[in-house]
Parts: sequence; structure tokens; C-alpha cells
Amino acid sequence: MGRIVLNRDKCKACYLCVDVCPNKVLQADETVNNIGYYPVKTDNSKTCIGCAMCARVCPDMAIEKVYR
Amino acid sequence: MEQLVYKKPDSIKEDFKISFCPGCDHGVAVKLVAEVLDELGVREKTIGIASVGCSVFSYDFFNLDIVEAQHGRSMAVATGVKRSKPDKVVFTYQGDGDLASIGIAETIHAMARGEKITAICINNTTYGMTGGQAGPTTLIGQVTTTTTKGRCAELSGFPLKISELLKEIDGTAYVARVTLDNPKAIMNAKKCIKKAFEAQIKGLGTGFVEILATCPTNWKMTPQQAHERVRGEMSEVFVPGVYKDKVSEAL
Repeated sequence: MGRIVLNRDKCKACYLCVDVCPNKVLQADETVNNIGYYPVKTDNSKTCIGCAMCARVCPDMAIEKVYR
Repeated sequence: MEQLVYKKPDSIKEDFKISFCPGCDHGVAVKLVAEVLDELGVREKTIGIASVGCSVFSYDFFNLDIVEAQHGRSMAVATGVKRSKPDKVVFTYQGDGDLASIGIAETIHAMARGEKITAICINNTTYGMTGGQAGPTTLIGQVTTTTTKGRCAELSGFPLKISELLKEIDGTAYVARVTLDNPKAIMNAKKCIKKAFEAQIKGLGTGFVEILATCPTNWKMTPQQAHERVRGEMSEVFVPGVYKDKVSEAL
């Protein structure tokens, strides 16, 4: 199963990754990060398949690593 | 056993700070250039030319040697760098206002000379950094801060189709127009950028990639709506595709 390494303080809340995630592993967080946005969060659940599409569409390189 | 399938490219600094607005395609374009440089293994001998525009902060996140050029003169600066250091890989990273408006003379003449450099152009149909004024690629009817009733062809002319213009120049070896609106398009864009660098490395001529990018802030749209616009009205005028490919022919 897949796993992503997310740097929540780099996320600027465009949510493009939420749209492309095939299994809806990512969602918006309820707390703000250091730069004042509501970043995405993931529970790294078993439904993540490690397709890395979220990392490819992320303009801020907040998703730093993807494991499968 | 876990396997690493994706990591941040080495050509991006460790302590980088992306200065672009949320959802801007610039970040993806920068990442693709960095990934291509990593894959080609030329990071240590690459010199980038930063232009004026949103791309001005390239030196903040590229882990490369970067020269800052005056507005529009990136291709002229790149010519100088390449001619004095022919063994280096030289690329420019410019917006459409820089490459196609104030710098169109430098662009056309550098390509007419067939300089062995790579030019990456981000086409977002406005001047993004200065607040969304009409640029050379602004579409007919598009509302900007300087065309408040929509761009009128009578008054301010037609949008400039950069790729169609540059493919006619004999010095160019690779000309393509790509989008970044979905993962498949992003992978295709990466292939095109790689070919544009190969055109330079193999000494075939200038490599050019025009990237249709979003500017959610100045278009006053969400990132999702902005991608919808790229797929719709922008792709109708600026048709994505490979316009010239001497790289594949040379193989």
C-alpha cells in the first residue's frame, strides 16, 4: 500500500491534489498552517495506492515523497 | 517492502520557498524542468537564465547557477553564456510577456541564428506579476485590467501564436505547445521539455516549449476553474501539439 510524505507548511490550499486522487485519500485540514492556509491532510490510510498523481500536480512541491 | 516512487527533484534547493500564488502552474513547470535536468544528469553543468516576470525568482528555488537578465533579453544573455561556455547546458525560463512582447526580437534572432539553447515559455495570456494587464497573448474578448471591456481586435490586435511563429524559423529544432491541466498532460509536457533539452545537447538547434499555464489570481478564478479555461477557450486558440521535431528525425 502507498504512503505520502506531506510538508504541511508548504501547502497553499489549491486542492488540485484532492481532485486527482483516485481514492480520495486527501482532504482539507481544519487547522491553518504556518503560512495561513488550510492545507491538505492525509491519514495515510490503506486506500492510498501510491500513484503519485497528487505529487505531480502539486505546484508547491508540498508532497515531497511517495512510497508504494 | 516500501519502494520510493516519487521524490522532490535534486535540481530544486532543499530549503526552497515557492513564491507563486496558490494553484499557479508555474510551480509544476519549474518542477518538470528540474526533473528533466535530473534525468539527463546535466545539473552540474547547467546555467539557467531567469527573466523578468513571475519567473524572476528562479534563483530562489533552482539548485543551479542562474543569471538574471533584463526584461526580454533572456535569449540574448543565453546566447552570450552559451557562446562563451559551449559545453554548458543553457536554458531560459520566461513568461509570454517577456519572450513574446518585449523580447520577441531577441527570441526570433537567437532562434534564427540556431543558438544551441532551450527556451521554456509560460503562456498565461496576461502579465501576471504586475497585476494582470493585457499581454501579447491575451485572447479576444478577455477582460484584463487594461482591457476592461474585453480585448478588441480593432483596437489592440490579435493574440500572438508563439509556437506557430517560431516553427517557421530554420534554427529551431524542437517546437511544442503543452498544457499542465491534468496528470497525463503533465507527463506529456515533461517528455516535450526533455526533447527540447536533447535538441540543445545534440547540437541540432534551439529547443522551444510553450506551456499553457494558469493565472488564477489575475483571471479571478479558482485553480480548478482556471484549468477548465485552459482546456476550453485557451486550447481552442492555442492548439497544443508538437509543431516541429528534428530530435526524433535525427535518431
